[in-house]
Amino acid sequence: MPTWDEVSVGESLPGFAARVRRVDLVMYAGASGDFNPIHWNERVAKSVGLPDVIGHGMLTMAIAGRIVTEWTGDPGAIESYEVRFSRPVVVPDDDRGAEIRVGATVVDKLEDGRVVVDITAVCGDDEVLTSARAVALLRV
Amino acid sequence: MPLNASFVGKAYPPMPAYLVGREHIRDYATAIGDLDPAFHNVDAARELGYPDLIAPPTFAFSLTMKAMAMAMFDPDLGLDYGRVVHGEQHFAYERPICAGDELTVSCVIAEIRSSGRNEYLTTRSEVSTVEGELVVTTREVIVSRGTATDGE
Repeated sequence: MPTWDEVSVGESLPGFAARVRRVDLVMYAGASGDFNPIHWNERVAKSVGLPDVIGHGMLTMAIAGRIVTEWTGDPGAIESYEVRFSRPVVVPDDDRGAEIRVGATVVDKLEDGRVVVDITAVCGDDEVLTSARAVALLRV
Repeated sequence: MPLNASFVGKAYPPMPAYLVGREHIRDYATAIGDLDPAFHNVDAARELGYPDLIAPPTFAFSLTMKAMAMAMFDPDLGLDYGRVVHGEQHFAYERPICAGDELTVSCVIAEIRSSGRNEYLTTRSEVSTVEGELVVTTREVIVSRGTATDGE
């Protein structure tokens, strides 16, 4: 885990890709208590004009946030985290599901060991999160 | 049908206390595919200086959602749950949520606005311990798809 001194503005964090399948949406619904049927029922999703079942925005936010918590080594060192859900993650009824590719860049270093990290999350050709930003406290 | 704009500023009473259990945290972390030891192993969390397991940063939404539900299912607000998608989410943490925390959430409707055919409902929530310690503040934007009245 890096110290504040070791980090440079413009530095990229190690990226990763995560798969979201229907079973992951069911698990997330159960663990979070968000049972909105657009996240598990194709009939309901299509009836309200969605192309198919879509993933919970909060699941995408949770997956994307890992890029910062894994980097700091202390997942409690996040002081703020915010996103806009710009496009839905459409999750087909197959075993592959949807792939979310996550990246992040250090965009600022603040006083007291804080760093500002901008996060990207892409599914297919769509940026599914915009204005995604976390502030983390690193060891000085 | 558009949302009832007179609800801006309406505050909902704090929800009943929620006791955060280790298994809530483990189940949530497993569901988001996060194997960080601080979410699963008590000794690992204590090594980082926490009293018990800590929750992933987005866990707070599982609580604020329950408080927001009071607003979202308030029939006079006029929100159709089937048309709802999540627009924005903001968290500001005083500290991570820990297993053993007994938490309550208060929620206020901060803004209702329309843009194009959609309406945007902003709520603000405070997650605090029953002892009164503020843990997380949040701001949520919920999109009501296609319910705005057409522009005049």
